[in-house]
Amino acid sequence: MTTTVAAPSKDTPAGAGTAPKAPMSTGRSRHQRRRYAIHIGGAILIILYTMLPIAWILSLSFKAGGDISNKKFLPKHWSLANYRVVFKTSLFTSALRNSIGVALLATVIGVAVATLAAYAIARLDFPGKRLILSVALAIAMFPVVALVGPLFDMWRAVHLFDTWPGLIIPYISFTLPLAIWVLSAFFREIPWEMEQAAQVDGATPWQAFTKAIVPLAAPGVFTTAILAFFFAWNEFAIAVSLTSTNRARTVPAALAFFNGASQFQQPVGAQAAAAVVVTIPIVLMVLVFQKRIVSGLTSGAVKG
Amino acid sequence: MTATATREAPAVAPAGRPAKAHISDRTRKEHRLGWMLSAPAVILMLAVTGYPMLRALYLSLFSYRLTDPSGRKFVGLANYGVVLRDSLWWQDVATTLIITVVTVTVELVIGFVFAMVMNKIIFGRRTVRTAILLPYGIITIVSALAWKYAFALDTGFVNGWLGHLGIGSSTFDWFAHRWSALVVICLSEIWKTTPFISLLLLAGLSQVPDVLQEAAKVDGATFSQRLFRVTIPNMKAAIMVAVLFRTLDAWRIFDTIFVMTSGAANTETLSFLTYRQSITRVALGIGSAVSVLLFLTVVIIAVIFVKGFKTDLGSVKGERR
Amino acid sequence: MAPITMTNITKVYGDGYPAVNDISLDIADGEFMILVGPSGCGKSTLLRMIVGLEDITSGDMMIDGVRVNDKAPRDRNLSMVFQNYALYPHLTVYENIAFPLRLKGTPDDEIKRRVEEAATTLELTEHLQRKPAQLSGGQRQRVAMGRAIVRQASAFLFDEPLSNLDAKLRGQMRTEILRLQRRMGTTTVYVTHDQTEAMTLGDRVAVMRKGVLQQVASPRELYEQPVNLFVAGFIGSPPMNFLPATIEGGQVKLPFLSYPLPSEVASRIGDNALLIAGLRPEHFADADLVDEHKRDRGITFDVHIDVTEWLGSQQYAYVPFDAPEEITQRLAELQQELDSEHMRTQMIVSLDPSSRITDGQSAKLWLDPSRVHLFDPRNGTNLTLNLDSDRASVSAGRPAGIAAGSAPPANDASSTGADGPRRST
Repeated sequence: MTTTVAAPSKDTPAGAGTAPKAPMSTGRSRHQRRRYAIHIGGAILIILYTMLPIAWILSLSFKAGGDISNKKFLPKHWSLANYRVVFKTSLFTSALRNSIGVALLATVIGVAVATLAAYAIARLDFPGKRLILSVALAIAMFPVVALVGPLFDMWRAVHLFDTWPGLIIPYISFTLPLAIWVLSAFFREIPWEMEQAAQVDGATPWQAFTKAIVPLAAPGVFTTAILAFFFAWNEFAIAVSLTSTNRARTVPAALAFFNGASQFQQPVGAQAAAAVVVTIPIVLMVLVFQKRIVSGLTSGAVKG
Repeated sequence: MTATATREAPAVAPAGRPAKAHISDRTRKEHRLGWMLSAPAVILMLAVTGYPMLRALYLSLFSYRLTDPSGRKFVGLANYGVVLRDSLWWQDVATTLIITVVTVTVELVIGFVFAMVMNKIIFGRRTVRTAILLPYGIITIVSALAWKYAFALDTGFVNGWLGHLGIGSSTFDWFAHRWSALVVICLSEIWKTTPFISLLLLAGLSQVPDVLQEAAKVDGATFSQRLFRVTIPNMKAAIMVAVLFRTLDAWRIFDTIFVMTSGAANTETLSFLTYRQSITRVALGIGSAVSVLLFLTVVIIAVIFVKGFKTDLGSVKGERR
Repeated sequence: MAPITMTNITKVYGDGYPAVNDISLDIADGEFMILVGPSGCGKSTLLRMIVGLEDITSGDMMIDGVRVNDKAPRDRNLSMVFQNYALYPHLTVYENIAFPLRLKGTPDDEIKRRVEEAATTLELTEHLQRKPAQLSGGQRQRVAMGRAIVRQASAFLFDEPLSNLDAKLRGQMRTEILRLQRRMGTTTVYVTHDQTEAMTLGDRVAVMRKGVLQQVASPRELYEQPVNLFVAGFIGSPPMNFLPATIEGGQVKLPFLSYPLPSEVASRIGDNALLIAGLRPEHFADADLVDEHKRDRGITFDVHIDVTEWLGSQQYAYVPFDAPEEITQRLAELQQELDSEHMRTQMIVSLDPSSRITDGQSAKLWLDPSRVHLFDPRNGTNLTLNLDSDRASVSAGRPAGIAAGSAPPANDASSTGADGPRRST
């Protein structure tokens, strides 16, 4: 007797997974309802946790005058005064310009360089690629501050101190490890036979690359770019050590120096407003690219 | 036709060539291309880390202040002696250690709880994931400022809220005392970095197959038995990665200290000490010695982790098993 | 060891889809019950409701006389072998098998004794210190069984345990499972989509379709007395041939032959002029090879042979035929439900390997018309059920199986009972 075999069966009805996530309300048992309560409670707790400090800095930014020190969570009078001050302050506006320029350039160059290396690591067999990954890992763990002393000294010697390239170069170097890791993890998942298949189908090598591989690789590269941008946007130790004026000082450094600035009557309110302004791009990116960021953060580290 | 459709993983880079035979032209070309493509990345990484580190080693052997270049003179290992004999160094080591241990431990616990919630959650999955990414994305300085002003004597609401609960006094200055300042510093750090840990743990958690949980349920395991005997042992690698990354990250804490106390009230950490010596005091000799020592502590921590945990680092190194 | 009784069990998902619809089924103490059907028929869902991994929307689930609807899986004392074995990758084979005992806090020496006993039974003794990743498919399967038997569970549940093995190993493990079940005498519920496993393993087999129980009977009865088109098409390999049959002047006319309509059937047909005839491939024979005394019981007819397949122990011949649109349509639907592709209307005939019939030629075949089933094309009911009382294998002995929800009216007798003694396999 031969064995007839039906299609490999996952014995579940269409539209309902093996572990159905949402049984109907009828017949929902008591412990199930309790489980729901725990889930919803947990979700609310997480959202409260993440939102409270953000809500606070937002509220603070709308406090003006005496409200700043009212020791309450919310202002008595909502005021936009702090925002007006911030956008009139060259320390902040130039810092914003510097941050955007430095972060974007570092991201673009860093991701481009990392893409080449990650492609080589994922795709080619050559002695030393393990070493490259290990070096990258070591640098990812490197205490950045340990380098600012010597870099300070070197940059002064080659006139890179307090310039954009003076920040961009170290930013690229410190985003490279993460970028190489994430990208090589992404590249390993790409079915590279597609390239050969396209060539068999009559595409030139260049067409095969652009038509078959680029569309598959683009999401990974993009995700990496987001993470690299976050790093550069956030970086403080290098920014505060290797800049001294509005020429190159980025937002995090400027924020920290708002402190003693005498031109503000209320540095706290202005600081809060500036903090909110620089947080907006982050919030937008998180909202739009939530999935990609999560996959990028975890792919290099866990999937391997 | 068979019932099992074994999906073959796409063969990526050929794993392990047959013993070192004759190297063909093709192979040699592949090697050269590999090096060429990785060269820019390697050069950049080494230029900004390798060379400065060597320079730090060199500078640490001199007595050298930027403000007094002519006074530069070779002093051997004397700088290290100065640093290591100074109680400030040891106090900073202790402060850094406290912050690291406290934050990583708390983050691991909260992060695990968050990961479990996110793993199981049915409604609002997307919202929660988006929410949890916000602290991760926010600039550390902004986080530090928010927490600072929440606790500060003149602007903060925390003293008021605690007063409602009947705890503390409205005139308590959190940043005037070492321990209370460290509490606020740790809170800010924990808030900002727990999301990262929880996402790593979530990735680990989702790799523990559901069917293992089901099998354990049938085998008679309670919730805690499933957690400790099935779930956690099967995500060791993810936990290890999360702890290693976060420990080394916490160890170099700098931004938050800078904003909150600038090292006042004995809250200085190793990174801040390094910065103060090299940049503020422009004492490049001593500063470089501190840099080298800071670097050594990181190496020690990494070695302890790798030796101590002995989990296969395959997952960390990105090699496929 | 315990009987399992299900009464009006229903599972409705959030989208309102009834994955399991009003199923009642009695599984006797020590019985080997098979749940079989194509993918999506609800068999695994039913199994998961027994073990407690799936909530029961309505109905009663009784194990050993106790209602377990609201009990957690760990309080039901059942053991289960999963499709992918669900071995704990971080534990050795020994610890995997010992796992249920460790959870209960069984003393070490007791664990050692029982694990070693199970390992001996399953020939795993030399692998006890290895991790699951180092084992072959068959060994993993045995470890999963070891974990199931080490604990004195009330019943064993198997969820397609052999579907990840290759064909040869599957045959071996099938025998192994049967031997084990016979020896331990534990109530067993076994889910599969493979009708061969269903036929060889089960004391009784429950055939399911779209969440509804079609027929519960012994393998022999399913084969010989299928209650409807679905069961007829599902059981048997190669599957039953379905041909259009027209009733004209007391004759049943099939594409290649015709024979007198049995009088008992005539009364059941009603106003149906077009029926579906079911003919098992193995009921045909090469007319030249049929014994003289047998030949008279059947009829011979000529067909054009399209292709033949010679397998050594058997030979199959394919005979194309034309069918009216109405029937083709119905058969295509049936094929889809059975998880297979409807290619063309053709008949498969199983012949003796010594037969000289060859491709592309016409041949003379023989068939006993009393073995032809006639089905109502509208609802699939078998109109020839239990015509011949000596062929129906109804006997007492086993507890009553429960008739299916939407089963046709003629199946009352068929669904009750099974053979008492096991067929040899």
